[in-house]
Amino acid sequence: MTLASFGPINSSARQEQTHPLTWRLRADGEPVWLDEYRQKNGYAAARKALLEMAQADIVQQVKDSGLKGRGGAGFPTGVKWGLMPADDSITTRYLLCNADEMEPNTWKDRMLMEQLPHQLIEGMLISARALKTYRGYIFLRGEYVDAARNLNRAIDEAKAAGLLGKNILGTGFDFELFVHTGAGRYICGEETALINSLEGRRANPRAKPPFPAAAGVWGKPTCVNNVETLNNVPAIVLNGVDWYKSLARPGSEDMGTKLMGFSGKVKTPGIWEVPFGISARELFEDFAGGMRDGYTLKCWQPGGAGTGFLLPEHLEASMYAGGIGKVGTRMGTGLALAVDTSINMVSLLRNMEEFFARESCGWCTPCRDGLPWNVKILRALEKGQGEPGDIELLEHLVRSCGPGKTFCAHAPGAVEPLGSAIKYFRAEFEAGLA
Amino acid sequence: MATIHIDGKTYEVDGSDNLLQACLSLGLDVPYFCWHPSLGSVGSCRQCAVTQYNDENDKRGRLVMSCMAPVQDNMWISVEDEEAKKFRASVVEWLMTNHPHDCPVCEEGGHCHLQDMTVMTGHNKRRYRFTKRTHQNQELGPFVAHEMNRCIACYRCVRYYKDYAGGTDLGVYGAHDNVYFGRVEDGVLESEFSGNLTEVCPTGVFTDKTHSERYNRKWDMQFAPSICHGCSTGCNISPGERYGELRRIENRFNGEVNQYFLCDRGRFGYGYVNRTDRPRQVLLDGQALSIDTAFARLSDRLKARRLVGIGSPRASLESNHALKELVGAENFSTGLTQSEQELLELTLDILQNGPLPTSTLRDVEAHDAVFVLGEDLTQTAPRIALAVRQAAKGKATEIAAGMKIQDWHALAVKNVAQNALYPVFIASTQETRLDDVADTLHAAPADLARFGFAVAHFIDNTAPVVTGLSNEVLAQAQSLALSLLAARRPLLVAGSSLGSRAILEAAANIAKALKNREKAASISLVVPEANSLGLALLGGKPLESVLDLSTADALFVLENDLYRRLDAQRVDEALSKVSTLVVLDHQQTETLKKAQFVLPAATFAEADGTLVSQEGRAQRFFQVFDPTFYKPGDQVRESWRWLHGLSSALKGQAIDWTLLDHATEACAAAVPALAGIRDAAPKASFRIKGLKLAREPLRYSGRTAMRAKINVHEPRIPQDQDTAFAFSMEGYSGTQELRQQIPFAWAPGWNSPSAWNKFQDEVGGHLRAGDPGVRLIEPSGADSHWFSVCAAYQPEAGRFISVPVHHIFGSGEMSALTPVMQSRIPAPYAVVSSEDAERLGLKDGAQVQLRSDTQSLTVTLNLSTQLQPGLIGLPVGISAIPVKAGLVIDAIEECVQ
Repeated sequence: MTLASFGPINSSARQEQTHPLTWRLRADGEPVWLDEYRQKNGYAAARKALLEMAQADIVQQVKDSGLKGRGGAGFPTGVKWGLMPADDSITTRYLLCNADEMEPNTWKDRMLMEQLPHQLIEGMLISARALKTYRGYIFLRGEYVDAARNLNRAIDEAKAAGLLGKNILGTGFDFELFVHTGAGRYICGEETALINSLEGRRANPRAKPPFPAAAGVWGKPTCVNNVETLNNVPAIVLNGVDWYKSLARPGSEDMGTKLMGFSGKVKTPGIWEVPFGISARELFEDFAGGMRDGYTLKCWQPGGAGTGFLLPEHLEASMYAGGIGKVGTRMGTGLALAVDTSINMVSLLRNMEEFFARESCGWCTPCRDGLPWNVKILRALEKGQGEPGDIELLEHLVRSCGPGKTFCAHAPGAVEPLGSAIKYFRAEFEAGLA
Repeated sequence: MATIHIDGKTYEVDGSDNLLQACLSLGLDVPYFCWHPSLGSVGSCRQCAVTQYNDENDKRGRLVMSCMAPVQDNMWISVEDEEAKKFRASVVEWLMTNHPHDCPVCEEGGHCHLQDMTVMTGHNKRRYRFTKRTHQNQELGPFVAHEMNRCIACYRCVRYYKDYAGGTDLGVYGAHDNVYFGRVEDGVLESEFSGNLTEVCPTGVFTDKTHSERYNRKWDMQFAPSICHGCSTGCNISPGERYGELRRIENRFNGEVNQYFLCDRGRFGYGYVNRTDRPRQVLLDGQALSIDTAFARLSDRLKARRLVGIGSPRASLESNHALKELVGAENFSTGLTQSEQELLELTLDILQNGPLPTSTLRDVEAHDAVFVLGEDLTQTAPRIALAVRQAAKGKATEIAAGMKIQDWHALAVKNVAQNALYPVFIASTQETRLDDVADTLHAAPADLARFGFAVAHFIDNTAPVVTGLSNEVLAQAQSLALSLLAARRPLLVAGSSLGSRAILEAAANIAKALKNREKAASISLVVPEANSLGLALLGGKPLESVLDLSTADALFVLENDLYRRLDAQRVDEALSKVSTLVVLDHQQTETLKKAQFVLPAATFAEADGTLVSQEGRAQRFFQVFDPTFYKPGDQVRESWRWLHGLSSALKGQAIDWTLLDHATEACAAAVPALAGIRDAAPKASFRIKGLKLAREPLRYSGRTAMRAKINVHEPRIPQDQDTAFAFSMEGYSGTQELRQQIPFAWAPGWNSPSAWNKFQDEVGGHLRAGDPGVRLIEPSGADSHWFSVCAAYQPEAGRFISVPVHHIFGSGEMSALTPVMQSRIPAPYAVVSSEDAERLGLKDGAQVQLRSDTQSLTVTLNLSTQLQPGLIGLPVGISAIPVKAGLVIDAIEECVQ
């Protein structure tokens, strides 16, 4: 583990009131273990939630805060929590943390888990209390070996300190937490595929409804939240809704702060905790320092490989779901990619689409058989062996793999960058025609 | 019910369906792959996309997968919407990127759902110019061929094989566009229901290997509605013929019986029909005779003699009745031994006079607790085993319903249910292939019966009490009784396969007990052969009582190998006395080899007739082809035709049964219990739009050429006087007019078995014209007596009592003569308990000699941890072991190497 992995965030200025997710990070990038975490007010939120708050109040507070899922889809967390059955006779319920961070160019959850494992545990503890779940699993991307080690050590520490296990803080509340490392499929980040994988089944997504809140892991009510989402929970509980809502920039419809980043040929690639609603230009110029000398920005993706390409002129867009939506794509994970003018879009897309085609689970036809066709056409174009009609065919494939046509969001995400690349850089594709 | 609007028309549909099922049931052509009426919806193939609108004013709409969309009242839908049509064409185009387009050499061609759907969507131009992915195929045994390159990854095979049929050795491997459906490694598919893969697979990945050797297209085959003769279940089949050979058996949909599935014995065990060693000529002392000469000689020999007739549970009612008429009721035997007949009569008595109705095969699936007493169903009536498995899984649908998840939402049902099952309890001598969904008890037959008696007592304490049971067994009996009482509809399954009268008596007590407790229970009793129950209704004397023959007697044996029923010595002795032994059969049985007169009998494929299944359902099977068309000298005839001809000749009368209907009518008139068989199928005079029903598809080819190697002069095609079917493609073969008897599944644009959709009231439901067959038995409901409890099993020191062990492959007399079946038939063996083996110093796999007072056999010894000490399990029908229940083996000795 090195500081360079995450950019300059460990050395940047951060305060508890403005940087609830990252203020506890150490300057040296080492993990914050239990003692230090407690010194930094750690588990105070858990104490408040467990000892002073009714379960329904926690749910209400999260609902009121406007917290949305940070995994890419941006579904309101409180609403998701509210789907969990009210029927107290259903005693077996699960809380899952989606830590299968495999979106190309996204590595925010990794930083949180490697350096602040207790913050996730605290977030899960509070959430578990709110959702009346007595068992939790962190479904962790298999390659995240450092995160696995740190989380397991932190879980051991928390157990020893009575913060996990039986009768937590003397409240009679039990919560067991396990780290489950995945075997490495992108699709496991889809929450129902994650559930199947956790059960030992093929990682195919499930049809919804029934939603996991009704029938999730082993058929029981299940709530699946992303790592960063759960990291937001302690501060909301501790500092309240008004404070939380005050974090985002005016105009943003999304609340709180967000880990955002920029990579590519920028001067200082990294991630930063920033308020929702900052402009992409701020992120790109003020945080990432703009393009490295000698490179020119050609286009950028706002939040992962599954989001569409935008042009430099779109840097004025506000970084929140609605702001990015206005310029035609999705906020995604918030970790942006800068593409410079030396990069050929056909080659870039060929590379991306190979990834997406390979990571299809093989369940539904458009994704299983449509994505590889994209790849083959892109390879032909890349070699200058494209044939008349290829670009139109790609456009057809983009349309017919779009939202509502496939079983899950994998294929729509896969074709979104392709569709936008053709839209903005059609000439580069046409150059591949023989 | 719900009202839905599709492309501007308004329909009333079943509101509990998904939209695809509703559309198909309305007769609309919506293409699909992953959905199957018996497997439900999973939404993987995306082929059934339609456009759904918010309301009548919404002009944009959005695509929905109709299989995953619950029908809602006032739903606005378009199947014909351009975007939906384009998308559906895209789906086939994607599938075709890897599908090899090898239709000309693919055995699925011509009855391929993928071909039909491709045509239906209009995808007809290939834009994909790159390489296709390829797979290696697997050797899956003698029944099912595997060609993975054709796979379109609809996932139906694994969903059928694992989720529906409970198989474990077929899976899906890999990911993205490299998903592989097969076994971990080459090897025989373990499931007894593997053949259904050939129909479940929408294309040519899994095809019928037995058909492969002598392949032809579906459109080039001649079919008839037929009934499987493999066991007593009475599954409906659609056998296909070409050039005088049976080429393939496919499932024939009967919504009350087998629905979409057959067992592998039924599907693949037809090869005995094609055996070249079949008797095909009338023989007198080995001399071939013309039919007229034969009748003249036979009449001479039979005059003034007492005629004795031995019938058969594998022959039709018409044939048995014809024999009975020929010889007179006093000289007619059922062909069953005393003990077999007693069991059968008791079975019939329980069904006719007992308290509970017998369940149809489909209805078996609707029960919520099942007690199987003494039957290894997978081996004795396999299709019932598959139905019991579905009954167990009914729990999942109940749990899902509680969460408002529709029963067709297959994976969601599976997820919420987490393998929850309704209670199934199997009491048997050894492990069975249904144990994975059941609680079990293993004991000797008498103790199984005692367990059954105990269950009856715990259900209703006025039933006789069983003393001397261990606390453990008592607890099991009590808990079973409680779960039967707790069920909404408990089902009791028993039968005679262990040769135990006590088991049937115990079943009768349980039935009475359930009735006394006012449970809406059902009973299903398995009988040994295809027409056992029909024979029981017809009546006759046991075999032993007519074998006391003199030289003055003439003995007729109808489709029955006496050596399978009685000791060889006893049969030899009886046969040696008669100077005129007439055997009617279609196989070279040991009995036939002793005959002076051989009358070549027709198999089910060359004959019409009526069978009564274990459910009491009379069902007609129809002649598939006329063998004389290809073999002009062939003398194979229906047994009833031979026998009635002889009868008429002896009486000096003209033959007055010229039609099957006459034979059926004579039987129905003579036996009141069989009166209903008249209505089991339409009469010969039945016509639709003035037409007979075609046995051949419209595209049947080569008719004018196929006989050219025999004679260039083309004869008139055979005329079928007996039935409403024509040996021709000329005749009605449509779906619009109501008909129950459907030779082959075909509708315009639907060449695969999916064409059954077009004949059903609701897809997967029942035939619009009503499901074929007539139930002959309804329980009188009269109060029956309690049977008293039998004695406990007592092992006898130094002796072994045999128990029959049944095998789906091997125990069926006819299917065991099928060449392709041979590799699946176990080698002769005997099984004893591990304790006994240890005591005798014998190891698993040892070659041993078994000695009884009459015979000596050499077999391989198998050991069982479940079989009770003192018992020896002997496989039924496996050559060299003429096994009877209760045979005493005095010694087991290891053969000296």
